[in-house]
Amino acid sequence: MAGKTLYDKLWDAHVVRTDANGTVLLYIDRHLVHEVTSPQAFGGLQLAGRQPWRRDSMVAMPDHNTPTTPGFTSIDDPVSRLQVETLDDNAHRYDLRYFPIGDPRRGIVHVVGPEQGATLPGMTVVCGDSHTSTHGAFAALAFGIGTSEVEHVMATQCLIQKKSKAMEVRVEGEVGEGVSAKDIVLAIIGQIGAAGGTGYAIEFTGEAIRALSMEGRMTVCNMAIEAGARSGMIAVDEATIEYVRNRAFAPVGDLWPRAVAAWRELHSDSDALFDRVITLDATIIKPQVTWGTSPEMVAAVDQRIPDPALESDPIKRSGMERALQYMGLQPNMPIVDIQLDRVFIGSCTNGRIEDLRAAAAVIQGRTVAPSLKQALVVPGSGLVKRQAETEGLDRIFKKAGFEWREPGCSMCLAMNADQLLPSEHCAATSNRNFEGRQGPGGRTHLVSPAMAAAAAIAGHFVDVRTF
Amino acid sequence: MKVFNQLKGLVVPLDRANVDTDAIIPKQFLKSIKRIGFGGNLFDEWRYLDHGEPGQDCAQRPLRPDFSLNQPRYQGASILLTRENFGCGSSREHAVWALDEYGIRCVIAPSFADIFFTNSFKSGLLPVVLDTQVVDRLFCESEATPGYRLIVDLPTQTVTTPDGISFPFAIDEFRKQCLINGWDDIGLTLRHADEIRAYEIRRREEAPWLLA
Repeated sequence: MAGKTLYDKLWDAHVVRTDANGTVLLYIDRHLVHEVTSPQAFGGLQLAGRQPWRRDSMVAMPDHNTPTTPGFTSIDDPVSRLQVETLDDNAHRYDLRYFPIGDPRRGIVHVVGPEQGATLPGMTVVCGDSHTSTHGAFAALAFGIGTSEVEHVMATQCLIQKKSKAMEVRVEGEVGEGVSAKDIVLAIIGQIGAAGGTGYAIEFTGEAIRALSMEGRMTVCNMAIEAGARSGMIAVDEATIEYVRNRAFAPVGDLWPRAVAAWRELHSDSDALFDRVITLDATIIKPQVTWGTSPEMVAAVDQRIPDPALESDPIKRSGMERALQYMGLQPNMPIVDIQLDRVFIGSCTNGRIEDLRAAAAVIQGRTVAPSLKQALVVPGSGLVKRQAETEGLDRIFKKAGFEWREPGCSMCLAMNADQLLPSEHCAATSNRNFEGRQGPGGRTHLVSPAMAAAAAIAGHFVDVRTF
Repeated sequence: MKVFNQLKGLVVPLDRANVDTDAIIPKQFLKSIKRIGFGGNLFDEWRYLDHGEPGQDCAQRPLRPDFSLNQPRYQGASILLTRENFGCGSSREHAVWALDEYGIRCVIAPSFADIFFTNSFKSGLLPVVLDTQVVDRLFCESEATPGYRLIVDLPTQTVTTPDGISFPFAIDEFRKQCLINGWDDIGLTLRHADEIRAYEIRRREEAPWLLA
């Protein structure tokens, strides 16, 4: 019999019961909660007269709607304010672990969870947010759920699930200078497509993945969902254990060595079989830029925008034509000729300290192009912001002409005031380039933090490797 | 949960692949703390010529005449026919609530994004996966035939055209039974409360750091 994949191990350890048709009741260890997808779930719980099954599994914070303007004291938009206040009320009513506005630890739930050690190897982690796949970087089984499932986890600590298939995405070799985790994952999505991982749990393996910091691994797993996979994961190694050590929620005392011993088993066995294996050569991955309205519409910075006329699949061709029309771009145009209006550095994909360091390293001593309307840095959490300020990164950004903001989801999805205007092009370190994602009519290009920084200086895309 | 058994419904085509949940219900409408009030804003940016904000009277807004849902022949449609990877992106269940409130009871596509697929059952919206070739055929027939209706029968797991040709579809047995019977799955899970507690006791021994 073949060995187990990491996914098999995580799955098997959380099965409460299996029904005759293979439907499983899966136990959930950690439930992260934010203001947008939880109010109807709390409402349902109250309506049914139920209590949370295990309230200490829940960690809550507002992030999607929160303003990022320095020193803000309240939310101007009354609808957003009510949503955040509703989370305040629910956190209070159920006595949840809560990082409200004003708490220095507050930030994007997928940045704060790992930062606090609320995400641990071997856990099942869910949140009413598709980017919950981020936490798989810790060899956790982590996936996004809808509001009905949020209520289900609150009420039962379980989800009704069927096992996915397992895919290995192996990235062999070393990436070159100037090529980051973001470029790796965009290249993966470009290869397998936005639906390539649908129905699968992806394990990322190979030398290029092992070489990444935990921040980089989170970036890769974060975008597993953009390849269609609800969960992405990476095996435990020393980097995982060192990241978790001494975090606020991490085990202490006698439990620490016991936990570490268990965590060291969290890898696929050498004879494990995957349903599908994809291999990429890291040495040929270049900095990536998306040109369309799906993350799979991506090209290397030194390439040209593809010509739909050369696409044989009629559905893909019409999708490309529609995307180019929306983006206001022409086939065969060099990527570096795309002129930008705004630059956004932040999000659960690239709002961590390493991302800010990479961007600041490019920016140091340079100035934002005068043609840009705005260049924004939004740290992923209050602690990332504080760390960056300790290192003086905020001064580098501000001196160059960037705005230095308070943490939150911000212009990744533009639920707060940080938005693109129609037809504006934005170099964004976030995860989705969908129509209207960053504001109605806005045109998003997904890139790494270093590429976004270089683009901010130049006013158009440039190859950061030679910048 | 809302019951789904058999549906005979008018088909509206949406001939795009990778329709994401941001397009199904844009972010400004997610600020609501209610489960209702999303139907008027379904596909807001594709459906209206102006920019939508919460609280507007959608009946007064200018429509994009070329968008399929706005065309007179598709008024009253309850079956959405679309392309692969429908519902990709954000986990927002508001997308399902918006479709449901608009009157869509069934979405037919060659494939669905996983989270949307799971969410849809919770509101009694049936996602039906059919082969690309079959979907192509349904697109051709529905566009050529005004008033084109399909019969979606869950107990027999078939989609039947006006010509009487039936296409079978697969569905997980548990989900099927939940839809046919309108079961509340939280209630179902709580029947196993003893097993959940037993699991927790075992895990507190094996790996107590996971339950802290």
